[in-house]
Amino acid sequence: MREKTNADSYRHPKDELLRGSRIPHIWCPGCGIGSALSAAISSLQKTGIDYDQMTVVSGIGCTGRVAGYLNLDSFHTTHGRAIPFATGLKLVKPQLKVFVFSGDGDLFSIGGNHFIHAARRNIDLTIICVNNMNYGMTGGQVSANTPMGARTTTTPYGNSEVPLNLPSLAAACGAVYVARWLSLDVRRLAQSIQEALEKPGLSFVEVIAPCPTAYGRRNRLGSALEMIKLYRENSVIRNGVHPDETVIQEGKKMVLGKFIDTQRPTFLESLSGVSELRETMWPRKSG
Amino acid sequence: MACAEGALAAGCRFFGGYPITPATEVAERMAGRLPAVGGIFIQMEDEIASIAAVLGAAWGGAKAMTSTSGPGFSLMMENLGLGIITETPCVIVNIQRGGPSTGLPTLCSQGDMMQARWGSHGHYEVIAISPSSPQEMFDFTIRAFNLAETFRIPVLVMADEVVGHTVERVTIPSAEAIEVIDRKTPTEAPETYFPYKTDKSLIPVLPNAGDGYRLHITGLTHDERGFPMTDAETQEKLVKRLIQKIQKNKKRIIDYETHFLNGAEIILVTYGSSVRPALKAMRSLREAGIKVGLLKLNTIWPFAEDLIRKLATQAKAFVVPEVNFGQIALEVERCAAGKAITKLIPHAGGGIHTPLQIATGVEETLRKVASNRKKR
Amino acid sequence: MLSGAEVRNERNSVMAMKMWRKPLDWEEKLTQPATIYIIENRCKGCGLCVEFCPEGVLRISEGFNQKGYHPPFVAEPAACVGCHFCEEVCPEFAIHCKDSTR
Repeated sequence: MREKTNADSYRHPKDELLRGSRIPHIWCPGCGIGSALSAAISSLQKTGIDYDQMTVVSGIGCTGRVAGYLNLDSFHTTHGRAIPFATGLKLVKPQLKVFVFSGDGDLFSIGGNHFIHAARRNIDLTIICVNNMNYGMTGGQVSANTPMGARTTTTPYGNSEVPLNLPSLAAACGAVYVARWLSLDVRRLAQSIQEALEKPGLSFVEVIAPCPTAYGRRNRLGSALEMIKLYRENSVIRNGVHPDETVIQEGKKMVLGKFIDTQRPTFLESLSGVSELRETMWPRKSG
Repeated sequence: MACAEGALAAGCRFFGGYPITPATEVAERMAGRLPAVGGIFIQMEDEIASIAAVLGAAWGGAKAMTSTSGPGFSLMMENLGLGIITETPCVIVNIQRGGPSTGLPTLCSQGDMMQARWGSHGHYEVIAISPSSPQEMFDFTIRAFNLAETFRIPVLVMADEVVGHTVERVTIPSAEAIEVIDRKTPTEAPETYFPYKTDKSLIPVLPNAGDGYRLHITGLTHDERGFPMTDAETQEKLVKRLIQKIQKNKKRIIDYETHFLNGAEIILVTYGSSVRPALKAMRSLREAGIKVGLLKLNTIWPFAEDLIRKLATQAKAFVVPEVNFGQIALEVERCAAGKAITKLIPHAGGGIHTPLQIATGVEETLRKVASNRKKR
Repeated sequence: MLSGAEVRNERNSVMAMKMWRKPLDWEEKLTQPATIYIIENRCKGCGLCVEFCPEGVLRISEGFNQKGYHPPFVAEPAACVGCHFCEEVCPEFAIHCKDSTR
């Protein structure tokens, strides 16, 4: 249902894209998803695209709840399947601006396969992944992006698996725009999201976010504020480096920046190039 | 092939699929035909992606379908539930094959009939139709799309490998002769519009993405506004409405054909590829003077409960030949409620019954009926 | 590089940034404080706005909002440079700024 916006000095400039009756949202104090959403709304406001033509698709998890708070056509789909859903939607209505806003577990653990193919096909989607390095909503289980050695509820002795390097994965699969920022870098993030939205093809923006209640607590990283300061101190901005250098590992500062900004034909552009048949055949109503 | 053409006749403009024997031919046909009619074909990376893309395309306003077989059908179950709770119109074709698991990829079975009803988690109602010939593949696929658009629900077309591989002449009517139903979209202003508020029909009128309604669609239990709610009352209201949406409209959905049911002592209850051998068996038995009739189920779910209940008071026995070890036979037995015997003629799969097997089954049933009569 | 003489702004406070000379368009570019609105009942007391305001304008208040959190308050309104960072970073959409008109 279309929300009415608040009508007095309590009106926040981003309220036009928020469902007022659902605010305050369910995320914890200081959660990076809130800041990521704030940056995303800024960029949506700056693109100048008609809000009625924007659609957000999300999956399951804390970040997946974004669909319920954004005042756009929003689809809260099943776990890991936001990307193929968005693919179907975009292909039948290419004039829509479709973006996927979901978490690291949803997009890269269960949904990893779908990301690979959407990037390979270069479907015109923008994928915003809030990476809080665990499955937050279910209490803090290990995900494909949990750093090695970290404690989660399902790795009580410390995670023995190597996490994914998302920018590298995205670049290898053929994404045309790859960037990573902290949830604190709201201005750079908004700039990246805007560039990603305006770019045709598969754009990927990773947002490193603190999860104080699940991940932070189990690894004794403190409050959201303390966590984001820790991430700030241990990260460095290096635009344009090769995505292989963005690996998150012990002893290495986390690399942020815009890594890939390139161009190649989108899925629909390639499709129309290939298909020779132009005329409409049967069924055709006579007369 | 007939299935694909039926889909195109109904206005299907999106196909997202994955190759699986024996359903690949539908995908291949759609791959060739859809670009010509301005539709989109995409082979997705797996069946889960296929059904997710189909749902997404349906929300974009297109009529969308996918086709698969047993293993892929199992993969699609979670998103089938999403389609049901979000009330997304789409068509899923299952060309059943020998199971369980990889089973007999190239050979027939009817082993997914109960899965069609109960395959996804949670309690819900679904529409499943069962073609028994290529002509019916064409006609019933059109009906599937019409039912999907009318009732805003994924409709399952439960064919099987024998029907899928039968090669026969199909009569395709002219475009004007085909009834095509499109989903209703809302006309009221977005500010006063409640997505899931329904009238007596219990069918919601929902817009497509991009229509300006700032829709929220979720797989979580939701209220009339479409927003997630976590209380038992909302759950009850929603699930009851989803069930009643189909149950109340049963008469519009259920479809069957009857042969010689008047005065029949034994009724053959058949569907899919069991129909033709059963018809042959019925004819030879009737020539021998046995009062046997045949009920051909065109829709399997919702099940024709009232009809079976009524017939159970008239006939002595139902004989259900199925290429499985008893799935629809269970439904028949439940509805017969002891008033008539239900005899299953099973088949493990890999082929279909011969008319002789069915006729033998009927004769055994006749003997049982007669001995029951003597006991009284 | 940028080290050397301290530069004072029109309010006579030392600018946090070090400059080696006063920029020629200093008078035009000087920012005015923005008016900060805090929607107290949305705040969850995370402290991001207080910590990351470049001028230290905000401080956590002693008072509580409806949910028991301590929202921020504007402690140094004149120090604000209208950067809007608090508005952008707030995860709760609980604080926003209105630029002053000259």
